[in-house]
Amino acid sequence: MCLAIPGKIKSIESKFDGLVRMAKVSFGGIIKEASLEMVPQAKVEDYVLVHVGVAISVVDEVEAKKTFQYLEEMGEVEEELNISDFLPDKKEYTD
Amino acid sequence: MKFLTEYRDPDLAKRYLEGIQQSVTRPWTIMEVCGGQTHSLVKNGILNMLPKEINMVHGPGCPVCVTPLHLIDKAVYLAEEKDVILCSYGDMLRVPGSEKSLLEVKANGADIRILYSPLEAVNIAQQNPDRQVVFFAVGFETTAPANALSVVHAHRLGLKNYSILASHVLVPPAIEAVMEDEESHIQAFLAAGHVCTIMGTLEYYPLVERFKVPVVITGFEPVDLLQGILMTVKQLEKGEAKVENQYSRMVKEMGNPMAQDTIYEVFEVTDRLWRGMEVIPMSGYEVKEKYAEFDAKRKFNVNIPEAPENEECIAGEIMKGIKKPFQCPNFGTKCKPENPLGAPMVSSEGACAAYYHFSGMINQLEEQTV
Ligand code: SF4
Repeated sequence: MCLAIPGKIKSIESKFDGLVRMAKVSFGGIIKEASLEMVPQAKVEDYVLVHVGVAISVVDEVEAKKTFQYLEEMGEVEEELNISDFLPDKKEYTD
Repeated sequence: MKFLTEYRDPDLAKRYLEGIQQSVTRPWTIMEVCGGQTHSLVKNGILNMLPKEINMVHGPGCPVCVTPLHLIDKAVYLAEEKDVILCSYGDMLRVPGSEKSLLEVKANGADIRILYSPLEAVNIAQQNPDRQVVFFAVGFETTAPANALSVVHAHRLGLKNYSILASHVLVPPAIEAVMEDEESHIQAFLAAGHVCTIMGTLEYYPLVERFKVPVVITGFEPVDLLQGILMTVKQLEKGEAKVENQYSRMVKEMGNPMAQDTIYEVFEVTDRLWRGMEVIPMSGYEVKEKYAEFDAKRKFNVNIPEAPENEECIAGEIMKGIKKPFQCPNFGTKCKPENPLGAPMVSSEGACAAYYHFSGMINQLEEQTV
């Protein structure tokens, strides 16, 4: 449960009267919500390392893709995102 | 058995492995503290590839494994008797309490929900104003900001029905406890990369100073682990003891200060019992007085007797690196993932479970240790 997974920010919206930024983050096509409170500099299209619904750092795109591919090959993405029961068809990691 | 060629960067892995083989001249015992790294070392067959001089031992770095028995009993009690909606990370459900696991309680009809994030638990509380929602907030430093953030969100929303059952542990005091054990023979540590993404690297300097052991902050992919081990071996062979950062692409010296601020907004450092080990001074987080209404321990005031650990389990010796899972007489016989006697057999990040699932990849070690 301690892994952090890199994903790409698709969109950002604010909550709590603009106090908190929440993002839709794509993990190889699987979209999850993540808080951007710990990474105020993050913007749409950036890659962030997400752990249990909170982005903990902004990461380099090349590095993010490599790490994601490794995690997916090892079957760790499903386990970590807790989505094995309702996983959509596997998609190529294009975004 | 995994082969180097299956790695995402086999050439680089090979270079690191050769580097280790060329550098090592005598036996060294290295502990990886993080359960995610244990899992990766075993699953990727790295333990087999390393020269026999390198003895990797597996530390207490699985927060699920070290969550004390009485906290699991408390979670069970809250779900069963108090009719709360108990939310948890999936890994916690199978961990045996003194009588039952949360999974058994769930099968009996209690409202237990497996969540990906504590922020989802806050949403559930918002949607169910007439029910109490408790989040079982386990984790190391990596997970603490998210768990703390859930409290901050609930506070902002003015929720009266959200609280967390905090079970937080910290890495540096665990290293200290391992080193202070008389039986310990650990000569170097791989520190957990993602923990340091949050906390930075400064906490490790006093440890290196005091115990004269190298600490190399390392990622969890095969090439990271091999590089981290190479950096460690080089230090050991030269007689050095320094903090080094293999995972600099993810870890900055100062960590993530905003995440640290969130942790210290909600939590304070306290002494903490580690399952299978003992009380380690200043090794965990508890909710501050300021947020007492979000602390399930204060809110529900559950008084249940503290049950003793299973005496047949040698988890403490495993987690201090004194013994390997194969050396436990119950390993794979009385104790299996389906029916665990102790916590390291439960989570896939626990050393016993990792050895059990991938024992085909470490049969070589079995010969050495049995
Ligand atoms: S094999 Fe089971 S009984 Fe033995 S140390 Fe591991 S968890 Fe405990």
